Amino acid sequence: MDQHWSRDVFRAFKSGNIRTVATVPDGGLTELLNLCEADSGITVITLSSEQEGMGLLFGLWLGGERAVLLMQSSGTGNCMNALSLPAITQTPCLMLVTMRGENGEQNPWQVPMGQGCRPALEAMGVTCFSAADNADVGTAFESAAQLAFEDGKSTAVLVHQHIIGTKEFVK
Amino acid sequence: MTPPLSNAGGELLRRRLVGRVLAERADALVITGLGAPTYDVAAAGETARNFHFWGAMGLAAVTGLGLALARPGERVLVITGDGEMMMGAGSLATIANAGAPNLAILVLDNRSFGETGEQPSLTAGPADIAAMARGAGISTVRDCRTEADLADTIGALYTAPGPVLCVAQVARGEDQKVLPSWDGPHQVSVFQTAIGTRSFPYKPITL
Repeated sequence: MDQHWSRDVFRAFKSGNIRTVATVPDGGLTELLNLCEADSGITVITLSSEQEGMGLLFGLWLGGERAVLLMQSSGTGNCMNALSLPAITQTPCLMLVTMRGENGEQNPWQVPMGQGCRPALEAMGVTCFSAADNADVGTAFESAAQLAFEDGKSTAVLVHQHIIGTKEFVK
Repeated sequence: MTPPLSNAGGELLRRRLVGRVLAERADALVITGLGAPTYDVAAAGETARNFHFWGAMGLAAVTGLGLALARPGERVLVITGDGEMMMGAGSLATIANAGAPNLAILVLDNRSFGETGEQPSLTAGPADIAAMARGAGISTVRDCRTEADLADTIGALYTAPGPVLCVAQVARGEDQKVLPSWDGPHQVSVFQTAIGTRSFPYKPITL
């Protein structure tokens, strides 16, 4: 069996010198966040709302540091005007988004923003990378990181629900 | 003789207050919230160590957090308005939780949305940003209401262990617009060059 995609992404954090991870957590991020919390070379910053990530990442970049924002698809909706900041300054805004509201979603409240996530991000100029399967997430992340840090772009990796699995409300 | 910092009613005058605060900035890095705080800081004299917001309302303070975390040896001062801070109110908790001993925030509270026609803001009602900051866990919070509070405020902004938040109650009314650059890449380039963190242009990747 392939190793969990979180390990590939975590390895890319380390090799890409990403030392700050900002997040509003999601169940699908648990393994990745656990790896980050366990690493003394990575600082995890918990946000009250995902839009703060645009400001935090920009401030870190001004100061010479690379960072990434990890969030659930619902959180991308909170980021719209905030995405003006990396867009207008042409600075990196690297995001990894775990999707809800797709395959087998049990909570209908997750569906509107889950379905709207990619078009909304693209409307604000974010280049989205989709991974086809577990083994593909690390490669998609490396592409997103390269475009962000070397071209000053906003990029997002969407980790789809068929990779993460669905949240069970009634067992 | 220096001009008075208050009007006849004893209210602090924001433009002069900001000038007075920045006169003691030394090498501090300054982030400004959109609208009048951007103009107030520009009026005090542009330097390469200023970054001015012209939009993205609500992000000034948390941008200051990112910069402060990346540059722990430098003092970072965010100067913003009450409406901008209120839109980023949740970031007060983020900042307090992250901790940033070198971060200070000065909120110029005129209890109105000055940029859009002086409509009353939420602090014209019961909202109290200093109390919200205390509730969020910000370690040092000051209210600055008159000139008598100024020395304590300036001391907190530059020397108290952060995160620090000072709310200055200032008079309503618009000052002359002093407009700094709104060119984003230019501002980033100038700022990063000044502090030695410039990352563009990149070296080509060698394959």
